[in-house]
Amino acid sequence: MGDRGNSGAGMAGNEREQRRNLPPLRLHVPEPRFRPGDVADFSDLEIPAAGMMPRPDEGADAATMRDLAYGLVRVLDEDGQAVGAWDPKLPPETLLRMLRAMALTRAFDQRMFRAQRQGKTSFYMKSTGEEAVSVAAAAALASDDMCFPSYRQQGVLIARGWPIIDMMNQIYSNKGDRLKGRQLPIMYSAREASFFSISGNLATQYPQAVGWAMASAARGDTRIAATWCGEGSTAEGDFHSACIFASVYRAPVILNVVNNQWAISSFSGFAGAEATTFAARAIGYGIAGLRIDGNDALAVHAATRWAADRARANHGPTLIEHFTYRAEGHSTSDDPSAYRSADEGSQWPLGDPIARLKQHCIALGIWDEDRHAAMDKELAEEVRDAAREAEKNGILGHGLHHPMETMFEDVFEEMPWHLKEQQQAMLDEWKAAGL
Amino acid sequence: MSMIQAINSALDVMMERDPDVVVMGEDVGYFGGVFRATAGLQAKYGKNRVFDTPITEIGIIGVAIGMGAYGLRPVPEIQFADYIYPALDQLVSEAARLRYRSAGEFIAPMTVRSPFGGGIFGGQTHSQSPEGIFTHVSGIKTVIPSTPYDAKGLLIAAIQDNDPVIFFEPKRIYNGPFDGHYDRPAKSWAGHPGAMVPAGYYRVPLGQARTVREGEALTILCYGAMEHVVESTVSEMGVDAEIIDLRTLVPLDIEAVERSVKKTGRCLIVHEATRTSGFGAELSALVQERCFYHLEAPVERVTGFDTPYPHSLEWAYFPGPVRIGEAINKIMRD
Ligand SMILES: Cc1ncc(C[n+]2csc(CCOP(=O)(O)OP(=O)(O)O)c2C)c(N)n1
Repeated sequence: MGDRGNSGAGMAGNEREQRRNLPPLRLHVPEPRFRPGDVADFSDLEIPAAGMMPRPDEGADAATMRDLAYGLVRVLDEDGQAVGAWDPKLPPETLLRMLRAMALTRAFDQRMFRAQRQGKTSFYMKSTGEEAVSVAAAAALASDDMCFPSYRQQGVLIARGWPIIDMMNQIYSNKGDRLKGRQLPIMYSAREASFFSISGNLATQYPQAVGWAMASAARGDTRIAATWCGEGSTAEGDFHSACIFASVYRAPVILNVVNNQWAISSFSGFAGAEATTFAARAIGYGIAGLRIDGNDALAVHAATRWAADRARANHGPTLIEHFTYRAEGHSTSDDPSAYRSADEGSQWPLGDPIARLKQHCIALGIWDEDRHAAMDKELAEEVRDAAREAEKNGILGHGLHHPMETMFEDVFEEMPWHLKEQQQAMLDEWKAAGL
Repeated sequence: MSMIQAINSALDVMMERDPDVVVMGEDVGYFGGVFRATAGLQAKYGKNRVFDTPITEIGIIGVAIGMGAYGLRPVPEIQFADYIYPALDQLVSEAARLRYRSAGEFIAPMTVRSPFGGGIFGGQTHSQSPEGIFTHVSGIKTVIPSTPYDAKGLLIAAIQDNDPVIFFEPKRIYNGPFDGHYDRPAKSWAGHPGAMVPAGYYRVPLGQARTVREGEALTILCYGAMEHVVESTVSEMGVDAEIIDLRTLVPLDIEAVERSVKKTGRCLIVHEATRTSGFGAELSALVQERCFYHLEAPVERVTGFDTPYPHSLEWAYFPGPVRIGEAINKIMRD
């Protein structure tokens, strides 16, 4: 350690002598259970049976709900039956609408992932395995409740019926892109859909959602806010700032944590999962916390509706941990086989959210395999046709983008002299170069 | 050796030599970093010395200060320079001032590595060049290599330095020198003189610029990925420019700048960062303060525009051969 060490500063000689006999301190660095080559086995994971968790009144004092932050709210059982107090008892139309939006989200992801691989855009992120988290939540919210999503909630836009061509135009950064080609693909913004502009900086949307909810409350509005981040992102200071504001002002906001087990190559242990649950973060702030099966669309819907009702009745915020699994890579730039066991996804004990909702609908007698197969085919075609349409507006790097000078617009409401000068200089330079 | 391999090698050499050196950051452990800069280090040096961190940049830097206060030499990675902003308070208010406010009692001997710069279609939050923010702060050193050789030598010098160092890695040239022609195939480092990297220990001292090319017609001051764009533009134009790669912005090799500008009488400054209050403004002021009577033309700057980094128009934004060529012509006309 040399002379720079400050560790012994101020310590008397005999005190140091006494410590010689103490065991050396150890640093604990978490390690995920399975690495490439390991056989994944989740049999010891505690998964309570569906229907076990109590459903408190929406106005319940957060302090009485401690157990819900450590349990796992599940509605769909192994046979696809909806059981227990959290069963939202949704009408068939709602169930089938959710199923369709989830399947469309998956088809969209598949197509856009392929488009990236074909060089039509720079980047893509799938939400495979997490479709229930976004779609069922959107179905439980009012269409004008304001969403502050992270980058893996494309399902919210899709569930709200936002045109997928518009989303594709954004992904291709083409001349049809309402964001004028300025944002990384999938960083949507859709004010009309009450969908806040996505940032690449993790967790920044969290306090913003709380601020929006506080404003809505201060104005006596009836709209609430919802926000999402990954479990990895809960480590950011912004997450904690959001919780304290939400708690202090009883903001009408739903704070969703999508615990998909992985943050790029870092497993949830690096966000603190070895010590506690993410829903339990709520307890220290006096916020209601629910830990739910994120692959169970009915649980997601029920918890979101519960939290929304709670917020609308001025009982304040809810933090919902969606326990789920990131079935694919982090993004098109990622290769998960380099850091996690290859069969983890298939061994994941909570199954696939689409398969589970489909099974439920079939068990109810409102759906069957043939209709499902037909729907998948139809959605694949819908997505393919939309992609072809969107490609007519251009794909990334093939010239069909917004004109270069638009780069300088929207920095400020009015363009100051220095930007005007830079804009002109750029045009002159390209012209002089014959381009 | 590519730049990424050179950086990996520098970390390896320093971890081998000095048990106080620890590497930390998002995804740097088992996986070896999203750009593979720390690949293999955890397997070799163990989890006590190479570990993943929670995703909190301000936490990473604050913890690194504490480790430094204990006596370690942390080398934290911020995954993209764009994510250094959440760490700003710990860097600016704490790390940069610790020595000063404690009159030398405590120091923050850390080297914050971070990939920076554009040209990879990274959009607004994977493309920025925030060096000007740090050169504006007293107490932090700012280092930016442009070749694998320099990356290794400078990183070793930075890790050995007792002050906090921001070490920005131009990610556009991690795997090959980039000449600014985005429509040409990428080159590899193989065969580039700057890619001849010794296996073991060596230093490139902080505060010394490198003359990339000697010339008489004008001086071009640049650093990072821009060095290669400038070099190829100059050779394509056949202009007799002197190219100075600054290598460290703070401390700056002012003598190298002064000597060259006084010799050529003309000065062009090139950087990717936005223009207003960028490091080019400081350079320009220094040149006019110290070389005014030698100047035959106004100092020119080619920089990023004062807009956020646009995704689809990346190539119009990135200061490339077109803009640099125009600026050279303008300076030579005057
Ligand atoms: C402030 C900030 N730091 C780092 C990153 C780089 N980064 C992008 S995604 C990611 C992992 C996030 O994981 P998690 O929050 O669990 O969400 P998931 O991707 O699993 O949905 C990281 C580290 C970033 N985008 N922003």
